[in-house]
Amino acid sequence: MKASLFITCVADVMYAHVGESAVKVLRSLGVELDFPKDQTCCGQPGYNSGYFAETKRSAKQMIKTFQDSEYVIFMSGSCAAMIRETYLDLLKDEPEWLDRAHQLAEKTYEFSEFLVKVLKKTDLGAKLNARATYHHSCHMTRHLQVTEEPISLLANVQGLDFVEIPYKGDCCGFGGTFSIKMPEISEAMVHEKTEHVRETAADILVGSDMACLMNIKGRLNRNGQDVRVMHVAEVLAEGCGLI
Amino acid sequence: MSKNQTAFQERVDKSLNDDFLRKALVAAQEKLRNGKKEQSEILGNWENWRKRAEQIRQHTIENLDSYLEQFALNAEKQGAKVFFATDKTEAVEYIKSLAIQKKAKSIVKSKSMVSEEIHLNQALESAGIEVVETDLGEYIIQLAKETPSHIIVPAIHKTKEQVAELFSKVAGEELPADPQELAKFARKVLREKFLQADIGVSGANFAVAESGSIVLFSNEGNARLTTTLPKTHVVTMGMERIVPNWEALDSLLSLLPRSATGQKITSYVTGVTGPKRVGDVDGPEEMHIVIIDNGRLKILGTEYQDILHCIRCGACLNHCPVYRHIGGHAYGSVYPGPIGSVLTPLLNGLDEWKELPYASSLCGACSETCPVGIPLDNYLVKLRRDVVETGRASKLEKIAFQAFGFATGNPSFYKLGVNMADSALKPFAKGERYLVKAPFVLKNWTKVKDLPMPPKLSFRQWWAKEGEKQDGR
Repeated sequence: MKASLFITCVADVMYAHVGESAVKVLRSLGVELDFPKDQTCCGQPGYNSGYFAETKRSAKQMIKTFQDSEYVIFMSGSCAAMIRETYLDLLKDEPEWLDRAHQLAEKTYEFSEFLVKVLKKTDLGAKLNARATYHHSCHMTRHLQVTEEPISLLANVQGLDFVEIPYKGDCCGFGGTFSIKMPEISEAMVHEKTEHVRETAADILVGSDMACLMNIKGRLNRNGQDVRVMHVAEVLAEGCGLI
Repeated sequence: MSKNQTAFQERVDKSLNDDFLRKALVAAQEKLRNGKKEQSEILGNWENWRKRAEQIRQHTIENLDSYLEQFALNAEKQGAKVFFATDKTEAVEYIKSLAIQKKAKSIVKSKSMVSEEIHLNQALESAGIEVVETDLGEYIIQLAKETPSHIIVPAIHKTKEQVAELFSKVAGEELPADPQELAKFARKVLREKFLQADIGVSGANFAVAESGSIVLFSNEGNARLTTTLPKTHVVTMGMERIVPNWEALDSLLSLLPRSATGQKITSYVTGVTGPKRVGDVDGPEEMHIVIIDNGRLKILGTEYQDILHCIRCGACLNHCPVYRHIGGHAYGSVYPGPIGSVLTPLLNGLDEWKELPYASSLCGACSETCPVGIPLDNYLVKLRRDVVETGRASKLEKIAFQAFGFATGNPSFYKLGVNMADSALKPFAKGERYLVKAPFVLKNWTKVKDLPMPPKLSFRQWWAKEGEKQDGR
């Protein structure tokens, strides 16, 4: 099976290891993976800040980049939701692009979603001894509506003591430029999230959106909480001894 | 920073530093959220109910002109007088003139957000008329000379000790901070006010077109007294409060109390159809219905039309993580929370209210919980677009996003940026893996949390160097 990887801007710059892990996990499952080099950013920072004209440039670049791909695997639930939902609204007045946006939307999958829905894999035989919790990121939950797939992958990791985080539906306070524009409110939100992480007594906070995890980890550090953050792909790669 | 921005920031800081408020909000949200969750599960098929309610609201708003006409005709047939007010001035003037004509000295009110919107109390008080709020929460904040901080629970921010202090001043003696005792005291004071009042002013949760009735949901019985004891009853209602018929009302009645306070139904559901009739033993001699536009009509037919679906349940406030931390007053608007952040700029313009659409992390909890399916988070983004496209955004931001648009549309430039991130931030890292003091726009980030240093190789560099060739097949 052939698929293309969309790394996302945050993971490209800040978390190359997440991409590396995904590449190794996907290849171990027989996926023939490519990385179209013309990929940039899905445009979400621009869109959420109200710069629709600028975001259209990002969207069109994404559509062109992945036009020949069979599947596109997204390393972020939020970015996948941007394609599957937002592009269709953003490009609604440009019929030709809208048509192409629909084609991209149809082959867009978030990483865990691809494993479970397309590859039909939930047990990769991974082993990792740790206590872990999972952060359900907002856009992946509410817009992409993918919630169970990552959990079912984690549930099959031997040795992983999984505990659900209280208030799992509450936002971590990232919100893209919100965290810069309204730092005090964002701080209150992320602080509450780190308190909920504390309640789980987890060693690892797993997630599917590195931007949220970067936000929470930043505060965990500032609080002096020793919790590691990992993308689902990293848990699987490490658990399968691929990395 | 503009004057409005500074004022907004000051209100936010004040709320965030109020430990009591923070605790009270978390506790109240907890109770209201759990109540809604529990009651919606008991009701079952919540999504179907929601879909139906959304359809009813959509149909009503799409045909608002004809339903309003039907409602007004039927209300008049029942003996009520109907007045259409295009703005707050017209609404206030109508009610004030009526009060003067009736030589009213005292007015009792049951809870109405639209009366807050038109600042009715201030206008009547300046005409020398006593206005008494009779909803317990509204009574408390009236005594405190404050505004509601929640559309359903107006005094959500007050402690029982603060209430005891306010009531003690009225009583002229010290009252204990005991909710039962305080409610008893309020009941005694308010009962007198009901008996003395010349006019009763109520809101309207809904107005039923097929019968010309208004419907009030309440828990304290004060709405019943307000609408029956004084000789004149004045209804203030937003023009979108209409439902076509009683059957449609039934669907909305199934959702509103459950969404608002986690109640199956409110203690009182009152339908009022016209004033007292021949043979009736009680009821007002006159009923005046003031239907208020005040900016609503101009929303009709725009992409924001669905905001008029709102049934004012407050669920979006109860589920909003931003409201959870800053409370209602920080918004500075009559309607706080996600609904307020959308509605206020639409009703009153972006000049004064352009901060509100940004007071959200766009988590979508509001849209998810809204019982009538208003896409609140989507509207918040579109209002940000309006800020940008009407030239209200800062120049610096505009330049930054123009660059963003250019870079994301041009892979070679984009790649350059990605691969430079590490060296650009390096001087600030002092050899550490996390930045505690980052430059430029990132300084707001590191004020409250650490920022990781990018690894030496970006993913795309790793791919070019190793990833691509590691393909074992």
